[in-house]
Amino acid sequence: MERKDYERLRWRCIRRALLELDITLTRFLDDGFDKLTDEEQQVFVELADWEDHELWYLISGKTECEDPRFAPIVAAIRKS
Amino acid sequence: MSIPVLKFDAVIVGAGGAGLRSAIQLSEAGLKTAVLSKVFPTRSHTVAAQGGVAASLGNSEQDHWTWHMYDTVKGSDWLGDQDAIEFMCKKANEVVVELEHYGMPFDRTDDGKIYQRPFGGHMSNFGEKPVRRSCAAADRTGHAMLHAMYQRNVKANTQFFVEWMALDLIRDEEGHVLGVTAMEMETGQIVIFHARATIFATGGAGRIFYSSTNAFINTGDGLGMAARAGIPLEDMEFWQFHPTGVAGAGVLITEGVRGEGGILRNSSKERFMERYAPNAKDLASRDVVSRAMATEIKEGRGCGVNKDYVLLDITHLDPATIMKRLPGIHEIGLQFAGVDCLKEPLPVVPTCHYQMGGIPTHYSGRVVMPKDGDMSSVVPGFYAGGECACASVHGANRLGTNSLLDLLVFGKSAGDSAVEDLKAGKAHRDLPKDAADKSLARISAIDNRKGGANVHETRLAMQRTMQDHAGVFRFGDMLKQGVSKILEVEKAARQLEIKDKSMAWNTARTEALEMENLIEVAKATMISAEARKESRGAHVRDDAPDTAEFPNGRNDKEWLKHTLFSPVDNSISYKPVNMQPLTVEPVELKTRSY
Repeated sequence: MERKDYERLRWRCIRRALLELDITLTRFLDDGFDKLTDEEQQVFVELADWEDHELWYLISGKTECEDPRFAPIVAAIRKS
Repeated sequence: MSIPVLKFDAVIVGAGGAGLRSAIQLSEAGLKTAVLSKVFPTRSHTVAAQGGVAASLGNSEQDHWTWHMYDTVKGSDWLGDQDAIEFMCKKANEVVVELEHYGMPFDRTDDGKIYQRPFGGHMSNFGEKPVRRSCAAADRTGHAMLHAMYQRNVKANTQFFVEWMALDLIRDEEGHVLGVTAMEMETGQIVIFHARATIFATGGAGRIFYSSTNAFINTGDGLGMAARAGIPLEDMEFWQFHPTGVAGAGVLITEGVRGEGGILRNSSKERFMERYAPNAKDLASRDVVSRAMATEIKEGRGCGVNKDYVLLDITHLDPATIMKRLPGIHEIGLQFAGVDCLKEPLPVVPTCHYQMGGIPTHYSGRVVMPKDGDMSSVVPGFYAGGECACASVHGANRLGTNSLLDLLVFGKSAGDSAVEDLKAGKAHRDLPKDAADKSLARISAIDNRKGGANVHETRLAMQRTMQDHAGVFRFGDMLKQGVSKILEVEKAARQLEIKDKSMAWNTARTEALEMENLIEVAKATMISAEARKESRGAHVRDDAPDTAEFPNGRNDKEWLKHTLFSPVDNSISYKPVNMQPLTVEPVELKTRSY
């Protein structure tokens, strides 16, 4: 991912509406994001665009992933 | 260097609840309105508000705005201005019904009215018994509110500048506010927003504390800009805390955990609440528990390397009960403390939640400051609403659900006042020649400095200092030391250095600029807290205890007054509390007890 695209994504992850996402997404960017394939990184970009409550419910396991592309990324976020 | 100038009737900084509500008033009045936001509007921290918005609609049972007013004055520990409180409580029904008309999906009763639920501190008949006054949209009230107001703004042609950071307030020699300088994050370009009205709705600054429930975005940008422009900050010693946030993260642990049998322990594993509240123990009120925790930490019985937290133990409870009655707590432990709470206790610490003080405003939303002997002289062209402003309705402590009401009422009020002032027909005043110089110099210094201070380390030093010296329970000696320490941190914050020099999406630069705002708030808080030698509301001092002469440590004779911290010379002055409501009899002083 190009620097500019990464830094835009980074800003959109480290300044969320919910503290829970600020912490989990920042942590993932610092440790985990680099290990994703290019394709997976694009899926993460899609996820980062979700509304805050929906995304936090997904990451915290309150709701299930309907799109199979998201499951491994969510699992990686939870592990980071 | 030539800086582009964009001309608007009004510029609003912040697109949370207060900013969006102000913008509706201006755009619907046909005024050319810009809203600047560091994030997309529906990503503002208002999204996190779940509890609801207070309004005495009386849909579920009898209610009246004068009862709401009484509760708010009492909640404020009599530091709230009673004219502003009357204004807010009286306007509550109107702003809630307007929101409904904007499409806000409030929960409803069977007969289609807005459903209302009880909330702490809201009572009927002047403190008699709890009343159902909170209007909510499931557990997403703030989120639904922002969506409804954003759509209304789109319809009204408000111009949004998303992912822009306002840098500095522009004032001319006579003190008129003429707009702001701002940076587009995507390009790093600096632009002047030249406006006839400037409205700040930048939210709180809870990130000054090490443990905070606030999202990372709450860096007090509006307060920092106001302070740099010489405008004092009011009542900054008053911050609301929750007793149990996850240490190091700030994520809240519901009080239900103690309700289900959770026990607080210190480094010796002692159940210390038995000493502080022999009967209620861990179920004592929020302030008693917070105070006990702070005392344990201060006296060296905290846990961890820095001995700066205590433990919340539920390992003795049946795991099935925990998973059934406290859903989410297990996940919070794993994600934010790295602890399986079924097997190990959770590290917890009193955690900052809400800022009661801010930029001083009249209830009309106009910013006021001392000038020529008048303690509340209007700053022409400048308005503020929501958590960044201090009207003052929350005084020394805020009631739940009054924060969303504050941003609706005072967001609207600031917008209305700006419309009224602009319709009087004043043209844009000339920009000073050096309008952008201070902002350019600040950015240039950050970009070019070598051997300066690291942003992350400076922020951490500030947060630790604030948490240790001006936390939920305050000690005279610690506050004194805290003032010296925060002034030291300020020196570092004036010498920040970043490694990344790029123009586009330079998050390091943005965080450095945020740090320059945070330190203004931290300094104002510490110095104001050290100066107030009584206990009142959320400002509780060990050396101002509960006595017969001063119940709860409150000393009305000497301290029934608002603090004004002057950022120009770090000095403190005071102004009287307005005890005279607009149309009703004052709520007379008495001891605050529930």
